[in-house]
Amino acid sequence: MTEAIQTTVLDLLVELAPEFEAGDIDLDEDLRDQLDIDSMDIHQLATRLYETFGVDVPESDRAELTTVRRCVAYIASNR
Amino acid sequence: MGDFVMPSLGADMERGILNEWLVKPGDAVAKGDIIAVVETDKGAIEVEVWSAGVIEELCVDEGTDTPVGTVLARIRETENPASEPSAAATATPSPPPEPVATTPAPPAPAPSAPAEARGRVMASPWARHLAAERGVALTGVTGSGPLGAVLGRDVPAAAAKTAHPKPDKVDQLAAMRRAVAKAMARSKREIPHYYLGTDVDVTGALAWLARRNASVPPPERLLPAVIWLKAVAAAIRKVPQVNGFWQDDALRLSEPIHLGFAVSLRGGGLVAPALHDVDQRTPVELMRAMTDLVTRARRGRLRGAEMTDATLTVTSMGERGVERVDGVIYPPQVAIVGLGKVVERPWVVDGEVAVRKVMHVSLAGDHRAHDGHTGGLFLNALADALSAPEAL
Repeated sequence: MTEAIQTTVLDLLVELAPEFEAGDIDLDEDLRDQLDIDSMDIHQLATRLYETFGVDVPESDRAELTTVRRCVAYIASNR
Repeated sequence: MGDFVMPSLGADMERGILNEWLVKPGDAVAKGDIIAVVETDKGAIEVEVWSAGVIEELCVDEGTDTPVGTVLARIRETENPASEPSAAATATPSPPPEPVATTPAPPAPAPSAPAEARGRVMASPWARHLAAERGVALTGVTGSGPLGAVLGRDVPAAAAKTAHPKPDKVDQLAAMRRAVAKAMARSKREIPHYYLGTDVDVTGALAWLARRNASVPPPERLLPAVIWLKAVAAAIRKVPQVNGFWQDDALRLSEPIHLGFAVSLRGGGLVAPALHDVDQRTPVELMRAMTDLVTRARRGRLRGAEMTDATLTVTSMGERGVERVDGVIYPPQVAIVGLGKVVERPWVVDGEVAVRKVMHVSLAGDHRAHDGHTGGLFLNALADALSAPEAL
């Protein structure tokens, strides 16, 4: 299941930052650093995660969206 | 008969490349319709027509580099108020493009025109973006969508075959840097800037925002930038002298409040398209408009009006950890507001020292248009607005 979540998360990130390909995204590197994303992108990512998985990432938990791996773990444990 | 000319899409734009026609002779157009895509130093811009009528003639071929003011098309104007959207409607951004094919109206007969000039190529917005980015002429692409429409997936194969080279990213960035350099050099050369700044306690505004966001689902949540922009608009209503243009040696005030919103592009570059009628929109509407604008800015899908309508620009550097920014005015505007990073500071509240969230706000003003007294009134009005976010 985790693998499916990861694939979806990567797809959502590429949708937000189409300059990148899923295979180029490091699972453990900070998303802001490697994709040059900002709070608007993080907001959109949280919205899309909610729409896709039904998981609400409140603002107090936004730190869980800093890397792909942390994001996947958060989704998996809150579904 | 009206002329549709190469527009000036920036303070120092002199030329543009007519990238693509979205209409053909015989097509009816309404005020506000997007009829062409123009390549500028700041990327591809969708250009609207501002009179209703019927396209008589396309005077310039796709791919032609033309000076600002060149007649691109002739339009036989018609009285068609029903088809003209209201000002409010034209100012409302369209939703983000869907990755589906579009079906144009049936083509009017134009037997004298060549086949490719007669008909608009059916293509999805994403396919148009990809084609522009990769230098692919849509007329030569075999579409796999309904009625042969070109979809995004069709473009890479065509790009591999095409003789048009993919635009060099380095060249694109260099062109954008030149455009920014030109505008900013003109600003510093011509505009006698004055600078003011003050620290504002935004603890209450952020607490209000956190409470509000906790009570609604993610799609309805707001970013702090929405509150900042609404507060700037509220301050402009109280001190309107900062909202307008310096033209013909005079200050021309603007009644509408269209805020230029500085957007950094991934990989480098900066654009400041306009968010229209910020004071008229609810915070939720503004959040949606801002999301749409940023998304399109980064995908090279801005519209002409968005490049030219800003009446005051707001630049925020807080995301990058910068506590203070003193901006450079984008001519012919007469002011720019700078927002810094929110930091926790010791602050005196009711005679006691407390830890508060504080943001530095600045104003760079055009001294020809107003003076420091006016700027000070504006910053005070901005601080007042930020202290009562529920009223925005």
